[in-house]
Amino acid sequence: MIAAHGPVLPLLLPLTVAIILLFLPRRAQGLTQGLSLSGGLLQVGLALLLLRTLADGTQLVYRLGDWPAPYGIVLVVDRLAAWLLLTSALLALCALIYALAGSDRQGRHFHVLFQLQMFGISGAFVTGDLFNLFVFFEVLLMASYSLLLHGGGGLRTLAGLHYVILNLVGSAIFLLAAGLIYSSCGSLNFAHLAQLMPGLDDAQLALARTGGLLLLVVFALKAGIMPLHLWLPAAYAETSAPVAALFAIMTKVGLYAILRLSTLVFGSNAGALAGLYQPWLLPLALLTLVVGGAGVLAAGRLGRLAAYLIILSVGTLLTAFTGGAAGIAAGLYYLPHSSFATALLFLCAGTLRRLRPASGDQLVADGDLPQPLLLGGAFFVAAMASSGLPPFAGFIAKLLILQALPQALVWGVVLLTALAAVIALARGGSLIFLAASGTMALPRGGRKPVPKTSPWELPAIGGLLLLIVFLTLAAEPALKFTQASARQILEPAQYVRAVLGGS
Amino acid sequence: MEILIALIIGLLSGCGVYLLLRARTFTLVLGLTLLSYAINLFLFATGRLVIGQPPVIGATSSPADPLPQALVLTAIVIGFAMTAFAIMLSLRAQAELGSDQVDGERP
Repeated sequence: MIAAHGPVLPLLLPLTVAIILLFLPRRAQGLTQGLSLSGGLLQVGLALLLLRTLADGTQLVYRLGDWPAPYGIVLVVDRLAAWLLLTSALLALCALIYALAGSDRQGRHFHVLFQLQMFGISGAFVTGDLFNLFVFFEVLLMASYSLLLHGGGGLRTLAGLHYVILNLVGSAIFLLAAGLIYSSCGSLNFAHLAQLMPGLDDAQLALARTGGLLLLVVFALKAGIMPLHLWLPAAYAETSAPVAALFAIMTKVGLYAILRLSTLVFGSNAGALAGLYQPWLLPLALLTLVVGGAGVLAAGRLGRLAAYLIILSVGTLLTAFTGGAAGIAAGLYYLPHSSFATALLFLCAGTLRRLRPASGDQLVADGDLPQPLLLGGAFFVAAMASSGLPPFAGFIAKLLILQALPQALVWGVVLLTALAAVIALARGGSLIFLAASGTMALPRGGRKPVPKTSPWELPAIGGLLLLIVFLTLAAEPALKFTQASARQILEPAQYVRAVLGGS
Repeated sequence: MEILIALIIGLLSGCGVYLLLRARTFTLVLGLTLLSYAINLFLFATGRLVIGQPPVIGATSSPADPLPQALVLTAIVIGFAMTAFAIMLSLRAQAELGSDQVDGERP
């Protein structure tokens, strides 16, 4: 079953659940939540099964309608895709559990949109051709537009408007780039493109180079790479906590596309276009890190701080991806860790907003905060994890990334921005939590009783904490796996053979 | 023929980009629409311009390429839905913010 239909199952599952949920009446709330939750659980199980099937280094290729490869649509799952599928499924499950606390009832069809979002994200990871990458990007964007705006509010609508319009322009550029690639190569299948690239003549090369670089622009917009990151902080800070937590994986979809194209289509065997992205990636990564570091220091609210931490993690990952096999392996190990850590910060910010109706998630002291120990503890772990302090996985990953890129500039920027993150998080944490526990003893007459922590928020936060700890404890097998994935994607011939057959 | 198509694509995308840079949501949606028309025409032309030929290999010496037409069809459908969404969002932004400026306030 998994070997024969594995690649299509992570797409069919969320799509089917979404369609069923669409027909459930509004009052069947328990059923809706139960179905959505079991969909999320099954998705994690599926990703685990896929990961186990791929442990021996095979690539699962699924030909829709059994059309032969360059003509029909193919879905491909290799180690990289399975790793990202698992990360997104785990993150989505935690976000979904958190959403059950109440943000799923602020508007209609939250769970439908959530499942469609998962459909789009999984599709982007497993698709084997450029045009379907565009289609799945559109699916995940369409769902993300609605999820972003879910619950409403003026600032949220404004941030959403900017997000939607920028991404619509991005989609137009994506189509332009896909058209250019098609007109130069006559194919859109990744594996076929990799085969065709070395044989292009000069006129076709110009078109393919333009198309390839335009694609980099589009993926940089989705990933939030400097200077196309400006939409990200407002959009992530204004939306509801579980949606922001889920969006922690969205920037990684852009990074995945950059990694896939730069190793497969514009990889070492691509003739004149080999390494098309290489001269751009490291400067862009370092600039992104600098912008993220400055933003982290300037942020006045926890949500915005977490959004800039996402930009920092994007910069770190992009830096890692320029470091050859060792760098890519370290980056792939850092990717789930940084997603979980920033998602955890978004969830903390959401709970903080609910517990402190007056001051929200601003970095100020507010005596209203009940249970500062529990939330503060979660925040402490999230802060240590997302700034890359030991003992968590972020430290190991950053160490390996720096080892893979022994350049003074890279070390300086990565370490200084990490210091900025530590300073900002320490300042924010002490302002919010230390002062809160100091004033809790004061008698406060006539204040409204603050709702206690909801039964759904704790398991979501605890789940993310466990994932971070587990990733640290399982560092050796995880690193072995990411090293194998890095080796696999740096040998595109294997991928091409699996998709197109032949020698 | 090539010059005509190129001029039309250039004109449409030029107008689209100009309108996209305006400060009000209505012109912005118009700009997005024009831009997507330009892109669709461009996609159509990526299979090379052939007149009056069937899309069958072997039937003529220069058959038309059917794939870009399929791509354009998909792009049109997606673009249509996105335009509808952008219009609804602009209306909601106007209702909630009391202004049709993209940045939420009159300069």
